[in-house]
This record gives sequence, C-alpha cells and structure tokens, in this order.
Amino acid sequence: MSGVLEIKNLTRCFGSFVAVNEVSFSVGRGEMFGLLGPNGAGKSTTLKMLTTLLSPTSGTAKVAGLDIVRQAGAVRRVIGYVPQGLSSDGALSGYENLLIFAKLYDLPRKEREDRVRAALQFMGLDGAADKMVRDYSGGMIRRLEIAQSVLHRPPMLFLDEPTVGLDPLARKAVWDNLRQLQSEAGVTLLLTTHHMEEAEQLCDRVAIMHRAKVVAIGSPNELKSAMGNPNATLDEVFIHFTGDRLDDDLGGNYRDTARARRTARRVG
Amino acid sequence: MIQQELDARQGGSAENLPQSKSGSPLALVSGFFSKTFVIAELEARKLRHDPSEILSRAVQPALWLLIFGEVFTRARAIPTGRLRYIDFMAPGILAQSVLFIAIFYGIAIIWERDLGIVHKLLASPTPRSAIVLGKAISAGVRGLAQAVVVYLLALLVDVHLNWNPLDLIGVGFTVLLGASLFSTFSLIVACIVKTRERFMGIGQLVTMPLFFASNAIYPIAMMPTWLQYAAKANPLSYEVDALRSMMLVGGVANQGLFLDLTVLFLATIVLVILGARLYPRVVT
Repeated sequence: MSGVLEIKNLTRCFGSFVAVNEVSFSVGRGEMFGLLGPNGAGKSTTLKMLTTLLSPTSGTAKVAGLDIVRQAGAVRRVIGYVPQGLSSDGALSGYENLLIFAKLYDLPRKEREDRVRAALQFMGLDGAADKMVRDYSGGMIRRLEIAQSVLHRPPMLFLDEPTVGLDPLARKAVWDNLRQLQSEAGVTLLLTTHHMEEAEQLCDRVAIMHRAKVVAIGSPNELKSAMGNPNATLDEVFIHFTGDRLDDDLGGNYRDTARARRTARRVG
Repeated sequence: MIQQELDARQGGSAENLPQSKSGSPLALVSGFFSKTFVIAELEARKLRHDPSEILSRAVQPALWLLIFGEVFTRARAIPTGRLRYIDFMAPGILAQSVLFIAIFYGIAIIWERDLGIVHKLLASPTPRSAIVLGKAISAGVRGLAQAVVVYLLALLVDVHLNWNPLDLIGVGFTVLLGASLFSTFSLIVACIVKTRERFMGIGQLVTMPLFFASNAIYPIAMMPTWLQYAAKANPLSYEVDALRSMMLVGGVANQGLFLDLTVLFLATIVLVILGARLYPRVVT
C-alpha cells in the first residue's frame, strides 16, 4: 500500500543513547494516526525527524512521496506542524500571526487576506482576529496554531501533544477542529499523545511506542482484541504490550518536565 | 475553501503538490530577501505594538552622556584632539547602546526554542540564512530606534552633530550593520550554549570587555600596547570609528571609513553564514 507517510527503520541516536529505534509504519490518506507513549518514549524525536528538524541516524521516511532527508525543502511545503508548547507570538494579533506565515509559505499576495480570514473562521476565531494572542485562552491559542499550520493547505499535518495543558472543554473544541480537518478537508493527521482517551476518541489507528520502539500498532479495537479482551481499555492494552504503566515517568527528563509545567502554567 | 484546494489535490502525488517557484537564480535570490524581510517585519510589528522598551533602553545612554560625559568633558582628562570630549564620546555611546541591545538578542532565540516558535520556522520552507539575517535586521531596527534616542540626548548636551543627509544615512547604515553583527554573534552563542543561564553568563562576560577594549570612550592611542591590539581586533572599534566620522561636525575616521565599513560588512556576512549552520541545532 502506498501511504501519505511511509516510515522504514527510522532510527536516531544521541551519542550512545538510542532515542528512536528501527521504527516502521505507514499512514494512509485521510487517516488520523496516533503515536502513543509516555514521556521519553521517542514520540517527539520521531516527529522532529518527520518534520525535517532532525536528520535520522539511519532509516528513511517519505511524506507524500518525498524523502525527508534528500527532499527536505519540498517536504516542508507539503506538511503542517503544530509543535509542543505555545508557538504563536503573544506580542502579535491572531491575524498577524497567520499573515506572517502566509508570507513565509509564499501564498499569493491577492489570496493572503482571504485565506487568513477563512482559516480563522474555520477554527472559530474570526471574532478574536485582531486581539493580541497574549490575551487568548489556551484553547484559542492552540486553535490559532492549527489554523496557522494549515494555511498553505498541506495534505499532511503533524501535531505534538495538541491538547496538553488544556481544560476538558478546550480539549473537546480542539478535537472537533481536528475531526473537521480530517473529514472536510481530507487532511492526513499524525499526532502524539500520552492520553489514552485522546487516542481512543480521535485516532483511526495508533502505534504504541515504548523505549524508542513501536511495540504495537492497529486500530484501538484491533489492539483490544489482540490481547483477547475486546472490553479492555486502551490503558490495559498499553500495560499488556509494555509491561509498564503509562503514567510512570519513564525518562521524561527535568527539562521536558519543566517545559511541560511552564506550558501548562501559561495555558492555564 | 480549504476543502476545494485539497480536493483539487486528491491525486496527491508529489507532482501535484505546491512546489516553490524557484528555478532561476534570480527567483532564488528574490525569494531569499523577501523571506528575510518577512522575518524582520515580524519583529518590527512586535516593536510597534509595544514601543515601551525603547524608552526603558534610553536610560543607560542617558547616564553615560549626561553624567559621565559632562564630568569628563570638564575634567579634560582624556586627550581627544580637536574634538571636545562630549563630542568624542557621543558616537561611542551610540555604538555601545546598540551593542548592549544586540548582544543579549540571542536569549530570544532560546525563549523561542522553548515555546516551539523555532521548530515551526524550521519546518517551514524558509531558508535558514533568511531567518538568521531577518533576525539580524530586526536587531538593526531596534538599533535605529536607539540611534534616535541617542541623537536626542546628544542634542541635550550640545554635541556638535552633523546633519548632512548623506552622513545621516551613513550613520543609520552603520548602526544597522553593527546591530546585525553583534546580534548574530549573540545568536551563535545561544545556539551553542542552548540554556538561558549559560547564555546570560557569557553575555555578561563579553559585553564589558568588548566595550572597554574599544575606542568608544577613549582613543586607542592612549591605551597600553597589548590593549591596542585587542581594540584593533574588536569590530566595535570599527563601528565607532565609522560613526565618529559621519556623526560629528569635523569628525574623521582614523582607520578610514571604507576599511571600517568593509570590516563590519564582511564580519556580518561570515557570522550570518555560521549562524545559519548553527541555528537548526538549537532544537536538538
């Protein structure tokens, strides 16, 4: 099968530490795919390689048929990326944040304003377009970032823990937006999460990552039946495949934790 | 709207996806500069939303010119030839205050890294060198705002300013170059040390030596020999020398204006190239 995303034996080492170990999977067109695992499992490193921020030590990956190393420049034009943390500029208005990226992605001058307005409307932010982003709520900022990431209408969107630090209501609004992107715009999505509920609610398929490896892959239902208990929760599935609890801190280092806390504080 | 475009693209092979219209070298160059200016525009918009930082940054040059400058002009302790001391030091204080803005510029990169802004820029089709040069130019824009402040202060203490429009443009250009040079140096340091704490330590370590080992507030001729070598290797000396020749009535460039600007220009280009290589490392 030929997916929008094809990953083969992707590996990344930092010195002697193997952060991502021989990861392979593919994601089909229009699919919402979840990369599930605790802090330090290798999710973010995988995402950094797929978004061309980090080059693999070995292995390959293709996005829309383009090689992430040899055709990195072309890959950047066909992907959208919502990083962890709050990556919108608080000192600019929502409209300005999008306008700058419209220019960076070479949207034609005539279409820029319309496309920015349309993206704001799609995310339900048209009322707050001219407000400073520092006055947005956490959920609004996240939706603005998603709007920013799809301005150039990429067929493939990567999101790194898109709902971390959001309250349940804001989280649900983000979920709705992501489903809308999938169903109405046909975008293929890959998101990382360490919330079982999120994976179960959103994802067509999930890959469970544990200590740098993918240990299981399939739809939430497939994974449950694979362990012989269709009534199992995804939580139980995780424990079954890894022998660990998801909540255990398996290697999220001080810096990650500090960053997550800081993000949570800013969002809250 | 989003849907239509994607529908049109459902064929989905790489050929149907938007490609950059690069091809001719001319398109590449114009693309590079337009991206550079978008990055600079981003910073300029921030400054326009909140210009208060310009005022807070006026305090330090005010102290130097109004207090240090007035006292040492009266003391006549520093031989500055035909120029009064206050005239002599005004360009030095301009260069210094631009240096102080630029040298801590790298901390913004670390902050933007923590927020994910750097990740988002790097995953976009923006050339790395355009990001780095754009940041350098935006430090230059802040430097120009600072130049206006220093000119106002200089008027207050009756510095004999040269209002020839060509020279004023030259001053602006030199300030832009100086700010670009030191802010890119700062970005490089940030990309190497990667944490706020280490960065602040290094920033404080280099700022004062750069300032004192230059011709900003005393002529190179009165320094001990070893310090003269340091001052000659210090880009700040060339910036001050250029400013002194254009900012003042009767000002002259000791090293020659052409040499001054060439040194600043080449050093900036080398640093931007180096910065563009190191910038992606800040996310790893």
